[in-house]
Amino acid sequence: MLIIRCPICGDRPELEFRYGGEGHVARPAATEALDDQTVADRLYMRTNPKGLTVERWRHVHGCGRFFNAVRDTVSDFFVTTYKAGEPRPDLDALKKEAVR
Amino acid sequence: MADIALKEPALRRSVFDGLPLASKAAAACALEPLPPATRLAVRGRPGVAEAAAAALGFPLPTGVCQSAEGGGRAAFWLGPDEWLVIAPEAEAATLAPTLEQALAGVPHAIVDVSHRNVALTVSGPRAAYVLNHGCPRDLSLSAFPVGTVSRTILGKVEVVLWRTGPESFRLECWRTFAEWVVGFLNEARREFE
Amino acid sequence: MSAPFRLATGGRIDRSKPLRFTFDGAAYTGFEGDTLASALIAGGVHLMGRSFKYHRPRGFLTAGPDEPNALVGVGASQDRYTPNLRAPVVELHDGLVAESQNRWPSLRFDAGAVNDLFSRFLPAGFYYKTFMWPKSFWKTVYEPKIRSMAGLGKAPTAPDADRYTQVYAHVDVLVVGAGPAGLAAALAAAESGRRVMLADEQPEVGGSLLHDVTATIEGRPAAAWVAETLAALEAKGVQVLTRTTAFGYYPHNMLGLLERVTDHYANPDPKLPRERLWQVRAGEVVLATGAIERPLVFPENDRPGILLADAARAYANRWAASVGKRVVIATACDSAYRTALDLKAHGIDVAVVADLRPMPIGPLVDAVRAAGIRVEAGTAVTGTRGRLRVRVAHLSRLDGRGGAHAPEPVACDALLMSGGWTPTVHLFSQSRGKLRFDEGLQAYVPSVSVEKERSAGGCNGVFDLAAVLADGYAAGESAARATRVRAPASRAFPVDGTHPVTGGHLGAVPHSRNPSAVKAFVDFQNDVTAKDLKLATREGLRSIEHVKRYTTTGMATDQGKTSNMNALGIVSEAIKAPIPQIGLTTFRAPYTPVTFGSFAGASRGDLFDPVRKTPSHSFAVEKGAPFENVGQWKRAWWYPRPGEDQHAAVRREVKAMRSSVGMFDASTLGKIEVVGPDAAAFMEMLYTNAWAKLGVGRCRYGVMLREDGFVMDDGVIGRLAADRFHVTTTTGGAPRVLNHMEDYLQTEFPHLAVWLTSITEQWAVTAVQGPKARDVIAALVEGVDLSDAALPHMSVVECRVCGVPARLFRVSFTGELGYEINVPADHGAAVWQAVYEAGQAYGITPYGTEAMHVARAEKGYIIVGQETDGTAGPDDVGLGWAIGKAKPDFVGKRALARPAMGAADRKQLVGLLTEDPATVLEEGAQIVADPVFEVPARMIGHVTSAYESPTLDRSIALAMVKGGRARMGETIYIPMPDRVIAAKVVAPVFYDQEGARLNG
Repeated sequence: MLIIRCPICGDRPELEFRYGGEGHVARPAATEALDDQTVADRLYMRTNPKGLTVERWRHVHGCGRFFNAVRDTVSDFFVTTYKAGEPRPDLDALKKEAVR
Repeated sequence: MADIALKEPALRRSVFDGLPLASKAAAACALEPLPPATRLAVRGRPGVAEAAAAALGFPLPTGVCQSAEGGGRAAFWLGPDEWLVIAPEAEAATLAPTLEQALAGVPHAIVDVSHRNVALTVSGPRAAYVLNHGCPRDLSLSAFPVGTVSRTILGKVEVVLWRTGPESFRLECWRTFAEWVVGFLNEARREFE
Repeated sequence: MSAPFRLATGGRIDRSKPLRFTFDGAAYTGFEGDTLASALIAGGVHLMGRSFKYHRPRGFLTAGPDEPNALVGVGASQDRYTPNLRAPVVELHDGLVAESQNRWPSLRFDAGAVNDLFSRFLPAGFYYKTFMWPKSFWKTVYEPKIRSMAGLGKAPTAPDADRYTQVYAHVDVLVVGAGPAGLAAALAAAESGRRVMLADEQPEVGGSLLHDVTATIEGRPAAAWVAETLAALEAKGVQVLTRTTAFGYYPHNMLGLLERVTDHYANPDPKLPRERLWQVRAGEVVLATGAIERPLVFPENDRPGILLADAARAYANRWAASVGKRVVIATACDSAYRTALDLKAHGIDVAVVADLRPMPIGPLVDAVRAAGIRVEAGTAVTGTRGRLRVRVAHLSRLDGRGGAHAPEPVACDALLMSGGWTPTVHLFSQSRGKLRFDEGLQAYVPSVSVEKERSAGGCNGVFDLAAVLADGYAAGESAARATRVRAPASRAFPVDGTHPVTGGHLGAVPHSRNPSAVKAFVDFQNDVTAKDLKLATREGLRSIEHVKRYTTTGMATDQGKTSNMNALGIVSEAIKAPIPQIGLTTFRAPYTPVTFGSFAGASRGDLFDPVRKTPSHSFAVEKGAPFENVGQWKRAWWYPRPGEDQHAAVRREVKAMRSSVGMFDASTLGKIEVVGPDAAAFMEMLYTNAWAKLGVGRCRYGVMLREDGFVMDDGVIGRLAADRFHVTTTTGGAPRVLNHMEDYLQTEFPHLAVWLTSITEQWAVTAVQGPKARDVIAALVEGVDLSDAALPHMSVVECRVCGVPARLFRVSFTGELGYEINVPADHGAAVWQAVYEAGQAYGITPYGTEAMHVARAEKGYIIVGQETDGTAGPDDVGLGWAIGKAKPDFVGKRALARPAMGAADRKQLVGLLTEDPATVLEEGAQIVADPVFEVPARMIGHVTSAYESPTLDRSIALAMVKGGRARMGETIYIPMPDRVIAAKVVAPVFYDQEGARLNG
C-alpha cells in the first residue's frame, strides 16, 4: 500500500484516497468554440505515458480535497503532489531531479 | 380521527439498541455508545472559523486534524473548509440558527447531520490496537496525539476518529454502518475476552 | 511406536512432554519442541510423498521453510484441514493428524510411478508440445486428466472453522529474522529508544544459533546468548513476534507478516485467531533473513534419506533426531564438515566425506580428519541406490576433464549434501532492490536499495559468525538513525568455537553415466532435472525467464528456494555464458504460502460487507418481507400476506396503492444538501434543467449528465431556500453523484460559494402514495395547508410531522397523489408506525420495491441504470424536455451537440405491448425487426423493464429500440430460445398519460 502525500494533510495511506483520472484535462465547456474533434479528444483521449504522468487524486476519506499528482508509471512511485488549481509542473525538470 | 402522534414527539430509536456492546474484553477495549447529539456540518470561506466563535464560544480550529472544545461543544477540522460541530442534543433547535447569525457576514453552509452520524467511545489500553484492525493510520500517541481528529477508514467504513485521551477515542460513523463497526470491533477485540 | 532414531541426549525438546500424533494413519510419539519432520525422522520415517510429475518416492530435503518434498495435509477434520504444509515447519502438538499427498493408492505403492518408467516421453515442455491439438481437447480431456494425476494436496471440503484477524502496525525499525544478525540488529535499534519490531518465522528466536552447539558468543554458549539477548530486547520494549513470517515486501516499506497464533496448540483457545496478518509500515527495515543451503545436482539425488547437510545437523542438535545410523556426506562447502563433526559427536557413523573440491583445506577439514573421519577430495556422488530409502551411494573420483572414474559403492542409510549457501534475498528483491552477482561468493547479494532497508548477515553474503553479528549490529544502528550509511560495527561480538565457511558449487555435478538415462534433480518439487534444463537450452531458450517457464523450474510452491542457483549454473555452463548475463528470475510475494483465511480476515459472514438497514427495517422483518439487495442496502421487496406468492403480493400492493393508499420506505434514496449563496448557479451547471427561477418551496425533476453527455443520475430536487437545495439521487448512485459534484465544484467551479453535504442518512423517508394519501397524513402534519392549491404536486415544505421536524415533499414516483415525509432518522421508525396506524382507516398497504418498480413502469418513469446503461443520452430516454436549451453551459452540454448524439438510429425509449397480453418479456432480451432471421441476427434493441401490470391487467415492457420513436405502431420481435415473441411498439407511458391523477 502506497503512502500518498495529500497537499493539505501530508502523508497518508493509499486506502484514504481515490484515483480520479488524468490531470489537467480541459473540460469541453459549451461556451467555448470547439470543433467536434477537439471535444472528442478532450472527452476520450488520454496520454497513458511510460514514465512521469499527471493524475488527479482525491483524499476522499480524509480532507476530501481533489489534488494533482505526478507519478512514475514505471516505478509506481509518486514524484510530487500539488493542490488543484496550481499549474502543471515541468515534468522534464522533475525527471532530471529524479535521476539525480 | 386519532391524533395520538401529535401529542408527543415521535420516539427516538438508537441504532445501538440491541447491539452487543458489552464484552469480557472490555478491560482491554471497551465500546460504549454515546448519547444523541446535535451535529452540524459547517462549511465556508475563510473567516468562518473566527466568526463562529461568537456562537460557539471558541473559533473553529484551522490546523490539519485539530479539534477545539468548550462549553460542552466540540469542533473538528475535517478539511480546509469543513468542520463538524458537536453539541448536546438540547441545542438541536437553537445551535444552527445561532451559528447562522454569527456567520452571516461570510459565505457559508450549515447542514444538520445530527441523525446522520452516531458515535461510540472506544477506550482501554488496547483501544488503538483494536482500531488498527481496520484503520491503517499510525495511532501511536506521538503520531496521533490527544485532540487529533481525522476522517479515515475502518475496514470498509469511513469514520471520524477523535482521540479524547491517551487510551480513548470517539468514533463517529454514518448510522447504518454502526452495526458493522460494532461487529468488526467485537471481532477484533475477541482475543482479549 | 518407538523412536529408534531419537538421540539419547541433547536437543531443544522437552522429553517430559510426550506428544502423540499420526501420519498416514500410523501412530507415532514425539516431544514438545518437535516438528512433524523431526518427530518422524526420530521415528525412522523418511518416505514422505511422491513427486509431482514422476511420482518418485521422496523424503525430507531440508529442516525449514525451503522444504520442497515433504508436503503434508494436516488436520483431523475437514473444517480444520490445511493441505501443502511443509513438514519441517509444522510444530507438533498432541493429537496432530497428518497425511502424505500425491499418492494413490498408497505412499509405498503408487500407481502414478509408471510416469517414472516412461519419463523419456515426458521431457521439458512436454505439455506444451503434446496437448496443443486439437484445441478443444485441452479443456475437456487433457487438463482434467493432468490435474487428477498431478496435484498437490486436496482442498478441504468444509468451511474453515477458524478465525483470522488482520492488524496494521507502525514501527520505526522492523527487523526481519531473529538469527544472529537480526538479534544484533534489534539490539542496536533498541538502544535508540525507537519503536522496534523483530519478527521470525520459527517458534523461538535464534535462527542458526539454535542448532549451533559449539559456538560461544561473548563467552557464553550460543543458546544462552540468544536467551539473554531476547530478555534484553523485551526489557527495552522491542516487540518480538515468533512464528511470524514476513512473506511480502510492498511499496513504501509496508511488509506483510503472517503470525501463526494457534496451530501449535492441541486445543486452541477459541478466542484467539488461528493466524494474525500484520500489515506493518516500517520507517526502516533490516532484512536478516539468512541463507539457504543448496543441494548438489548428482544422479538420483532425490531418494528418501538424502538431505541437506546442515538440515541433518539441525535435526540432530536441535531436535535430537538422527537422520540415519551411517551417513555419507557429499559437499563442496566447509559447512558440511560441521555436520560431520556434530553427527560423530552424537555417535553417528560418518562413513566418508566426499568433497568435490580437489584440495579442501582449513580448520574444519583438519578437525574432521583429526576425528578419524575419512575424507575424499575431488570426489563426487555419481549415483545412488535404494527404492524407498537410500542404501548405497556411488562415489567416483573426478577425472578433472568433466568426467568421473569408476564408482565405489558405499553403504549408508542417509546421504547428506551441501552445495554451499544462497543468500535469502527474496524480500530484498520483492522490494525492487537490485542484486549483484558476487564472483567471490558465487552468489547474488543485495546491491542497490529502492526502499529504506538494508540487509545484514547471511542474506547479505556475510557468513562468519563474528562478522554476521557485527554486520547485524551496524545495520540495526543505521536503521535506528534512519541512514543508509553503515558505520563500521560499533560493537564487536567476540565469538569462539566456530570457523569461517567457504566453498560451494553451482550447477550439476560431473559424472560419466549416460546423461539421457539418469535423473539429477534440480527442482525437486516440480521434478525438473539437469537434463531438462540442458534440453531447454538446446531448443534455443537463453533467458532464465524463458527456461523457467519452459521447464517449470523454480515455479513450484517453494519458488525455487533450493533450486534457482543450480538451474542458473546449469544454463550458464550449457550456453557458455556467465551467470549475470543469464539473469535471475523475479522473486514474488509470498515468500512462503499464505492461507486464504488470513487474506480474508474478518471479511466473511456478517462482516463481509456492511449491511445498511433503514430505520423501519424491523417493521418489514415483522411483516415477513423478503429483502432486495440494492448496493449495501436491504430494501423490503414485498410484504406477503399468508399464502401469497410474490406475484400475488405485488399485484395486491399496486392495486391497493392506486385505489386507496400505500406506503413505501424510500429512506435509501440518496440525498445531498446543496447550500450557499451560489447554490442555484452550481445546480445550473450540474443538472440539465433550469434552476435559477425555481421558486422556494417548489421541486423539479433533475437530470444529471456526465461530461460525455450520457445520463448519470436523476432525482427530484426541492428548493428549501434561495441558497438551499435538497437533492435526491438514485439509491445506488449517491456516493458517485456526490463525488461527481465535488469534483466539478473543487476543480472546475471553485469560484462558486456553495457546499455539498450528504444527508442520505439524516432523513428517514416514508412515501405515502395513492388517492387517499392526503387523508392519511393530514392528522400527522402540523400547521401545513395540504390542499392542492397550497401544496401542489412538486412542492416541499419544512414543518413538523408527529411532533418532530420534517421536510414534507409532495412528489410521486407512482403517478398517484403522493407525499414523501422526511424526518430525522432516529424518529423514522416511530413516524413510519404512526403513518401505518393513521392509514388503517383507509386500508393503507405497505408496498415494496417490486410494486414500486411496476407502478413507475406503468407510468413510463425510467430508472437510471435500468433503462440507461451509460450510453443513453437524455433525449434517448425521453428526457429531452428536461434540457435547459437556453442555458449557456452545463456539464455535458457540449457533448450533446456532437452529431452522433442526434443520429436518427439511436436507441430510444419506447413501450412494448406483447401480442399475447399474458406473455411477460424477459429483461435484457434482444429485439429484432424481422421474425425470420439468420444467426447472427441484426439486433435493433433490448428490453429494459418488463412486468405484468396489475393496473392494465396485461404485460407491459419498456425497451431501448433503434429509431424507436419513429416505429410507433410497428411490430417488432423478441427471439427466445423456444419461440419468437411479437410485440407492438407504443409510447412508454401506459397509464394516465395526461397525469391527471398527480394533481387534485
